[in-house]
Amino acid sequence: MRHLADLKPGERARVATVGGESDAARRLMDLGLIRGTTVEVVRTAPLGDPIEVRLRGFMLSLRRAEAEHITVE
Amino acid sequence: MDTVEAPTTTAVTPSSTSSERDEGVLHAALIGNPNTGKSTLFNALTGMRQRVGNYSGVTVERVEGRYQSETGRLVTILDLPGTYSVSGNSPDEEIALSVLLGRAEGVDAPEVVIVVLDAQNLERNLFLASQVLELGLPTVIALNQVDAAEAAGLRIDAVELTLELGAPVVPTVATRGRGLDVLKRAVERATELPRPERRFSLPPELAAVLAPVDGCLTRGGLSPSAAALESLRLLAVGTVQGHLAGIDGLEAAVQRAQADLEGQGYYPRALEAELRYGWIAGVIERTVHRPGASGSTLTDRIDSVVLHRVVGPIIFLVLMALVFQSIFTWASPLMDWVESLIGGLGVAVGSLLPAGDLQSLLVDGVIAGVGSVLVFLPQIAVLFLFIGFLEDTGYMARAAFIMDRFMRGVGLHGRSFIPMLSGYACAVPGIMATRTIENPKDRLTTIMVVPLMSCSARLPIYTLLIGTFIPPIAVAGVFNLQGLTLLAMYLLGTVTALAVAALFKKSLLKGPSRPMIMELPPYRLPDLRSLALNVSHRVGLFLRKAGTIILALSILLWALASYPKTLPGASMGEEAAREAQLANSFLGQAGQVIEPLVRPLGYDWKIGVGILSSFAAREVFVSTMGTIYGIGDATETSGDLRDQLRAERHPRTGAPVYTPLVAVGLMVFYVYAMMCMSTNAIVVRETGGGWQGARWAVFQFAWMLALAYGAAFIVYRTGLALGLGA
Ligand SMILES: Nc1nc2c(ncn2[C@@H]2O[C@H](COP(=O)(O)OP(=O)(O)OP(=O)(O)O)[C@@H](O)[C@H]2O)c(=O)[nH]1
Repeated sequence: MRHLADLKPGERARVATVGGESDAARRLMDLGLIRGTTVEVVRTAPLGDPIEVRLRGFMLSLRRAEAEHITVE
Repeated sequence: MDTVEAPTTTAVTPSSTSSERDEGVLHAALIGNPNTGKSTLFNALTGMRQRVGNYSGVTVERVEGRYQSETGRLVTILDLPGTYSVSGNSPDEEIALSVLLGRAEGVDAPEVVIVVLDAQNLERNLFLASQVLELGLPTVIALNQVDAAEAAGLRIDAVELTLELGAPVVPTVATRGRGLDVLKRAVERATELPRPERRFSLPPELAAVLAPVDGCLTRGGLSPSAAALESLRLLAVGTVQGHLAGIDGLEAAVQRAQADLEGQGYYPRALEAELRYGWIAGVIERTVHRPGASGSTLTDRIDSVVLHRVVGPIIFLVLMALVFQSIFTWASPLMDWVESLIGGLGVAVGSLLPAGDLQSLLVDGVIAGVGSVLVFLPQIAVLFLFIGFLEDTGYMARAAFIMDRFMRGVGLHGRSFIPMLSGYACAVPGIMATRTIENPKDRLTTIMVVPLMSCSARLPIYTLLIGTFIPPIAVAGVFNLQGLTLLAMYLLGTVTALAVAALFKKSLLKGPSRPMIMELPPYRLPDLRSLALNVSHRVGLFLRKAGTIILALSILLWALASYPKTLPGASMGEEAAREAQLANSFLGQAGQVIEPLVRPLGYDWKIGVGILSSFAAREVFVSTMGTIYGIGDATETSGDLRDQLRAERHPRTGAPVYTPLVAVGLMVFYVYAMMCMSTNAIVVRETGGGWQGARWAVFQFAWMLALAYGAAFIVYRTGLALGLGA
């Protein structure tokens, strides 16, 4: 199973599950990161964390620890 | 709650607060995602007739305004915090929901809701809209930023969208005031329209599972529409908290529903989002026309440089350096100007009034005291301007993105970085900039440590003491001991701030970690008008909050230094008379009383007086030392004052009072001590106001003073033990 955190910059994938700490998962789902959403990892911050992703036409920054709980396919 | 009454741009009849409860007044609430242009729209609608305060018990800012409609009806608008959802657990979201449901303490239940949508980001914005619509309140949709959306090639059919949402959609361009008249008309008539309702229906098996939860909620007093919203939310959250906690059997019903759904192969946590986004996908398909695929946007291209692995941090550093450079170069002529203005005012008042207590009170107390804080106003304003600029362009979120990994080391979010950095110039704007930190505990932690960054009011003290006691010898060829000492003071403050932040996050302000999920909004050219309004709003706030306290304290300090009166001896010069007056005054006596307290730090009573007098503002220490040593108008570079300090001897032992060790200890004391009434006043406001805020401010003052005392003690005693006392 691949995680969002495993994607390289420029890679796209479809979200399979959103897990992890419940506030974070809720916020992500409210923002439209749900099963079936296409996400692209755009870049990694200069210090390696967080990562920037594109979904539904906007940009979001999230920490790797959060991205590790999102599985993609 | 304090009132901001800026000049109005639209003709609004002033009305007294009492008439606000009048029959004819229409209460509206404004809600929307961050960055939709909600504040711009609010300002455009209300013409800056705004009242700013806090919701009771929380530090969420509460902004209200009003306007008069075409028909003469007074409409009040409550600007709710920018949120992506009303069903999450953040304080902003909880406030927004409780206001909409009419449950917020001290807030009138809104009769109309205006939902602001960003036309460029309709899909995500409709999530919040779908939640608000199903509350069943009369709702008007402001489809904002249609100009930018059109420029990006998007065409949105507002009529179709009205039919889809069941609420009037008004296209607007808040920055240019377009669509506002139509919007105002729609707001006034919204109550006549059929109420909006949930726009999607639950599959029958879901509705069956949720029915017991809905039932519980309606029995608990919720309206059917509120119950429908809450039951979906509860499925996601799982636990029953807050206002719902008292409802009988609710938690059990929710858990049963979750278990049933899982048994049927659903994922209850994601259900609300999946249902809403499923509905949104259809709406978007029917209302948005997007010819051709969009290529890379300007924001993408800027970010590929600004957030580049190597170039990004360099740009960041250069930008921060430029900001600081300009704070000092732009602000210092203005500060000189303010200073000479205050000096001139003092002279003018002094010559108008006969010499005596009243003259002294006004000139030495009020004008000099308030003036010592007002000189920092230009710097504060310039810093507000930069912070506002960084926020409005969208760079602020990038700075947080770049610095997040670093700040995480002490348990904070990247958003804490800029406020802390601002602290190097002045803690006040830094503390006010913490509003963008979403997690209340992170925000409090940041507020607690910002004043540890060495601000520009400490510089006169460092300059005086370093110039006087640290020899300008070269170190390792290229460095100068004076410069290194100054650097050490800045580093000491910074390192301590980070360490204390880490400590607070592990102890007092420990809490469940909050998500660090942040939108990186598109870059924008800031709207200069709203930037200027923003800066003047914050400056006004500072003046009102800090001004009164500073005035009171200046008068108090003046009285303590002026009484009891010492009659000058016949042969005394003016300066010797002032010196004698201060020494015998209450303040001087207090210095002598506290001498046993400061003696372990190597200080005598004169430094004690200097410290007491700098309670309101640190740099007053320098002028007080000038007075004590009989030097009129001393500044940190006065040669006279420096000579006097070097020459000062202990009356009994004849040893020098001030050694380099004492000077270093004193600087360390000022690195840590929270001697700044302006900051205290702002901390009170930003930590919740009233008693709650006062408690935080007192706590902060106390721990910083304890730290200052302890550190100065350790420095002095260690130095003595190492034989550095000479
Ligand atoms: N092109 C365009 N820009 C707009 C419009 N309305 C607002 N803006 C700009 O959008 C940016 C964000 O506006 P704000 O009013 O600060 O947005 P907000 O929703 O209050 O955002 P937060 O303060 O983050 O909650 C500003 O730079 C505005 O100048 C509009 O109708 N068209």
